Amino acid sequence: MAQVPIHPGLFTPPGDPRGARLLAGRCPACGKHHFPAAGTCPYCTAEGCEPVALGAAGTLYLYTVVNARPPGYRGDVPYGFGIVELPEGLRVVSRIAETDLDVLQVGLPVKLEIAPLFTNDAGDEVLSFAYRPDETVR
Amino acid sequence: MSARPVYVAGVGIHPFGRFEDKDVTALGQAAVRDALSEAGVGRGGFQAAFCGTVYTGVAAGHKVLGGLGLSGVPIVNVEAGCASGGAALGLGAAAIASGQRDCVLVFGMEKMPRGIIRSSFFPPWCEEAGFSPAPAYFAMRARRLMLESGVTREDLARVSVKNHAHGVHNPYAMYRKPFTMEMVLGAQMVCDPLTLFMLCSPNEGAAAVVLSARPGPVAPAVQVRAAVLRSHVPGSALGEHTPMSGLVADEPPGPTETAAREAYELAGVAPSDLDVVELQDTDSGREILSIEELGLCPRGGGGQFVADGAGEMTGRLPVNPSGGLLSKGEPLGASALGQVVELVWQLRGVAGKRQVDGARVALGHTVGRGANASVVVLTR
Repeated sequence: MAQVPIHPGLFTPPGDPRGARLLAGRCPACGKHHFPAAGTCPYCTAEGCEPVALGAAGTLYLYTVVNARPPGYRGDVPYGFGIVELPEGLRVVSRIAETDLDVLQVGLPVKLEIAPLFTNDAGDEVLSFAYRPDETVR
Repeated sequence: MSARPVYVAGVGIHPFGRFEDKDVTALGQAAVRDALSEAGVGRGGFQAAFCGTVYTGVAAGHKVLGGLGLSGVPIVNVEAGCASGGAALGLGAAAIASGQRDCVLVFGMEKMPRGIIRSSFFPPWCEEAGFSPAPAYFAMRARRLMLESGVTREDLARVSVKNHAHGVHNPYAMYRKPFTMEMVLGAQMVCDPLTLFMLCSPNEGAAAVVLSARPGPVAPAVQVRAAVLRSHVPGSALGEHTPMSGLVADEPPGPTETAAREAYELAGVAPSDLDVVELQDTDSGREILSIEELGLCPRGGGGQFVADGAGEMTGRLPVNPSGGLLSKGEPLGASALGQVVELVWQLRGVAGKRQVDGARVALGHTVGRGANASVVVLTR
């Protein structure tokens, strides 16, 4: 069974030596990061932004749990949803691989994972990204 | 908008709700007929028309006016998400103020699918990956208010109870029953901390306004003092443009704040001058965030504003006397103009049991997809 990303350019492919990372755009002029990566910096309009791998670890900024299946969604419900702060100065909107509201809290250490979300009509496993509470950080 | 005064010469509204037996064109026509009739304006009496709608498709406004024998003038269809009606109003008001037109028709209508709003805004992969549900974004904004503005779950419920209490008296609202705190807090959890009864329903409806360089037949005359539309500046991961990322530092003001600043300046009023406000309450948290962003209380003071009952009919600044979107439901293209119709009635003193006594300065506000925010200031 082949694995395909849900959308090109969002994250590193399986087996990438950098590990599971999101790919952001870094502006050569103002230095700010944006995600998903684009050629033009949304903050200063400079061209020539280069994709860079973001750190895998972050902290949870805001969160909720989606209980009803949104139209078009192909994963399981309920699912966690939130915003993660990364050391690069970026806040990333993401699925959160945790639905227990007693576990989810502001400042919770989380780590990126890239995992199959659903199987498409061609029989391929479709990979997407989520942040999961990082048990190794106390 | 200093060149010429802009008067509201007539208003019309089709109730907001579910109308299986009518198409969206019929909804629009009902509101347009009423507004033109009140203004005493017929074919040849207005020189342009601006129609706000999101889901209606090609030539929406042309179908409404064509079916009434009123086409021939320029008809501009405007999509600006939840602020579509406000955007249309701004175009119409500018045409009057500049002297380009003497009288224009502004209307909006919508027939929304049931349930969570599905939008062509998101590419299919974003829907597949779970990024599309609006209540999830609303819930995170509400949680931020809980962290930064002292807002409690009870405050969120109180907003819903207040607006539904107002909606009982609004014959144009979809829900006209009082809700209790227990009902709102105990309702199905959609996205924590928001329960089903803290969220508005997308629905159907229409509203229309005739703008003129001269006062209309109904006294007292109501003027549009500002009708401002703004979009987002990037930076906030929680912005209404629903980005996939934002910055930790340097969060810019949102479109509601920038539109409000401009509107207050154009109208020559301050938030303390306002007597009545209709603002975006897509969910209970959104009402509190709108209150803060419009400067109706200090930033971080939203929880206190609700706890003080400041937005109740007996409070210092009644908010959403119509019942808000929580009671009326949200037909995107019509919601901003529905606010304007309510506020015109408030300023004329004919709002019945919803009346804010002696209202002279009123503000309407919508914000949503785009991002777009519109702020309207009306006076008598």
